[in-house]
Amino acid sequence: MLTYAVKRIGLAVVILFTVMLAMYAMVFLVPGDPASLALGPRATPALKAELIARMGLDQPVQVQVWNFFANALQGNLGYDVWSKKPVLDQILEVFPNTLILGVVALGWALVLGVALGCLAVVWRGTLVDTALGILSVSMIAVPSFVIALYSLLVFAVWLNWLPAVGAGTPGDWGSQARAVILPAFAIGITWVGYLARLVRASMLEVMGANHIRTARAFGLSEARIVTRYALRLAIIPTVAILAVGFGAILSSAVFVETVFSRPGIGTLITSAVAKRNYPVVMGTTLFMTAFYLFVVTAADLIIARLDPRVRDVFRG
Amino acid sequence: MSSAADAPLRRPMRLPRLGPMGSTGAVLVAAFLLMALFAPWISPYDPLKLDVMNKLQDPSLAHWAGTDQLGRDTLSRLIWGARTALGIALTSTGIAGAIGLVLGLIAGYGPRWLDGLLVLVFDSLSSLPMIMFALAVITVLGPGTATLILVIVLVSIPGYARLIRAQTLTLKAADFIQAERTMGAGPARILLRHLLPNVVGPLVIVLSMDVPVVIMLEAGLSYLNLGVKPPTPSWGNILYDGYTSLRQQPVLVAAAGVPLVLSTIGFTFLGEGLRDALDPRLKVRPR
Amino acid sequence: MTVLNVTDLRISYGPVQALRGASLTAAAGEVVGIVGESGCGKSTLASALIGLPAPEARVSGRVEVEGRDLVALPETARRAIRGDRVAMVFQDPMTAFNPVLTLGEQLVDFQHRLPAPKAEKRARAAAMLARVGLPDPQLALRRYMHELSGGMRQRAAIAAALLMRPALLVADEPTTALDVTMEAQIIHLLRELRQDHHGAIVIVTHHLGVVGELCDRVYVMYAGEVVEEGTTDEIHHDPRHPYTRALIACDPAHIAGRVERLPTIPGRLPDLTAPPPGCAFAARCPQAGPDCAVPPPRVRVSPTHAALCHRVRP
Repeated sequence: MLTYAVKRIGLAVVILFTVMLAMYAMVFLVPGDPASLALGPRATPALKAELIARMGLDQPVQVQVWNFFANALQGNLGYDVWSKKPVLDQILEVFPNTLILGVVALGWALVLGVALGCLAVVWRGTLVDTALGILSVSMIAVPSFVIALYSLLVFAVWLNWLPAVGAGTPGDWGSQARAVILPAFAIGITWVGYLARLVRASMLEVMGANHIRTARAFGLSEARIVTRYALRLAIIPTVAILAVGFGAILSSAVFVETVFSRPGIGTLITSAVAKRNYPVVMGTTLFMTAFYLFVVTAADLIIARLDPRVRDVFRG
Repeated sequence: MSSAADAPLRRPMRLPRLGPMGSTGAVLVAAFLLMALFAPWISPYDPLKLDVMNKLQDPSLAHWAGTDQLGRDTLSRLIWGARTALGIALTSTGIAGAIGLVLGLIAGYGPRWLDGLLVLVFDSLSSLPMIMFALAVITVLGPGTATLILVIVLVSIPGYARLIRAQTLTLKAADFIQAERTMGAGPARILLRHLLPNVVGPLVIVLSMDVPVVIMLEAGLSYLNLGVKPPTPSWGNILYDGYTSLRQQPVLVAAAGVPLVLSTIGFTFLGEGLRDALDPRLKVRPR
Repeated sequence: MTVLNVTDLRISYGPVQALRGASLTAAAGEVVGIVGESGCGKSTLASALIGLPAPEARVSGRVEVEGRDLVALPETARRAIRGDRVAMVFQDPMTAFNPVLTLGEQLVDFQHRLPAPKAEKRARAAAMLARVGLPDPQLALRRYMHELSGGMRQRAAIAAALLMRPALLVADEPTTALDVTMEAQIIHLLRELRQDHHGAIVIVTHHLGVVGELCDRVYVMYAGEVVEEGTTDEIHHDPRHPYTRALIACDPAHIAGRVERLPTIPGRLPDLTAPPPGCAFAARCPQAGPDCAVPPPRVRVSPTHAALCHRVRP
């Protein structure tokens, strides 16, 4: 298990370094220097000189790359071009909002998705199964930001049940909870579809396995077979997909947060892109990549705990 | 001579049997393709013609889906939006598929060190949350249709290349390829004559399943004003116009969502149908 | 004492008639073999013997274990008998155990009928593993299936089946997944176990050698029917049914000297969606005549020996 963990984490670190290098190289590949890129047509020579000095762009390339890596490893992701605030501070300020949104969205999707998947297994081959199948695919197909706009229109504007904007008042749990409902609904719905399909497929596969027949042959109850013998195997692909799901949820969060003007990583990065505030964009991207790699690696380690066969693949 | 050896892997060229879901998808896709092709003839108005006197109108006989904040006919803009959406989606998945095919074949068939390097690059790129990478590229290059296509191509290539690489590695070990090689066939012949026809099938299925994702991405980025630039009609732009006038005229948002939802559902159903008919074991992961 | 009494058992999957009226018995302390080539219905029969037919199977007839008919009982009552009064050694021990639970966890679970603390069940499991010859039972209990060798898994499967001291033990191809050396060891083990196991043992196999080594009596199956039954001696030395004779002729152990090629039975199994009304083997039988188109009689050769054939004379 330890060897597996070390190898898996090492792979994540290598990938993170490659990504950092690629991000940095991208800035140098485009024509024009980053300072005028960020300042745009409003650039005055004085402003530009100041920015170049502040960002260390006057130094040789190898020094710049070195500084970039050294700073990033110490948690310094650079400074906002305009407000001059550290990028990391801005990220950490809004990150909890996005995290809460993602967890709530995945949470309700997990509950409903697993339930629908199990329903489809129980009624496999019937009309219910077919209907659930079509419903799942439709849920996967509908863009989350359209769901966001429609739910905003219906529940916030017409019915006025839930807030249309923001993440709630800090410290007021009730208002924060009310603010997360619609965005989490919009993001989660795709995942209800994915998870229902996934759980159905992996449950069907596991329930047909020989060892389930053995458990039945020893007279174990169907409930015990499902909970102890089948679910533990069927849940493995679900954990794997949830980790990937976190990355995908970030994508939908970018759009859905904007629709609800909810402070978060998505609104932070989109406003920075619009202003071409590239230290913020690069810093946020790097931060989220690291976070995503962390989640995926953690999921792989959890899978290895759940499935003893996986750990032995890396042991040899 | 070789035809007997590779026969089991060649699928006969015939129309696949789509289930009810796939057929529904095919009908929807065909409708949107026709809409995109014949947009100039079927749209009742010029999608760019302003008529500020008649802005934010309710649906009527003259304007079936009402008008936007500048008095442009919403229905006409939505019809032209199909052209934007499908144009960008088909162009970018086509380019990405072609590049992914070449890179995947190189990784799968080329020297080991090159394979290792390419796999590391593919893995790194797919570790980036797709949208973050897209936004980073847009920051550097500035928003616009060309950037949008480039971004979609860049984020799609790793997935396709990995698929093709995996298929190539499996096929490379297959008996009929080994047989060809012992009979003295060169790498060019093996690649073009044997590997290519066999790896294209799965790629087409995955491409068809990615089209709705790209349509969503185009609409989403255009909604954020980071994609297709206004006044070009794009479903995302129209949704954004509707969002800004949500409280005065909710019809605009409601109407703009319809073609977007129907087209993504249509393409997804078609992709699912194709997958089920041709290669049920092909796994497609969410993005 | 008769433990198992099967009468006129018929099982079909949709249009396929997998079992067409099989009858057999097994007494306590007896080892009974069921032989036939693949597709003859012996695995279907094995599943029915432990009261676990496939969900889509249609079953009629009687499978009485200690006087209770498994076919007529409701599923809950059947489940109470499974793993307690009847147990099975499965064909492929690799897939027959759960891959994500340790052997110990599963062996403890399988004793769920026993009102005893977990530690005691674990001790019983360890003792049984030692009995079937696993070198370090305590260590084996902590192992996952993929960490055990093929022979160890098969021993563990036998131990699992014996845990509750069932009245009827069904072994489905217990040696098929093993190499020759392992096969000999497992046969040796089963022979030992029959000494102290007082229930009935039914061994289902396609391998006549296994039957000869282990069984007291044999049922030969063909196309869903029992075509011949008798003691192991009678079947091996005085086979009457042409199918049994062909089967023995094809067994490499019975071939003396060098042969150009191994003998096979020409032709194929009849289509079980529309089995012939007469003798099912007639199409492949060297002795077949026009009378074989009508159902053959069950001819009794001795009190223990009978064959289903027109050509057999008492």
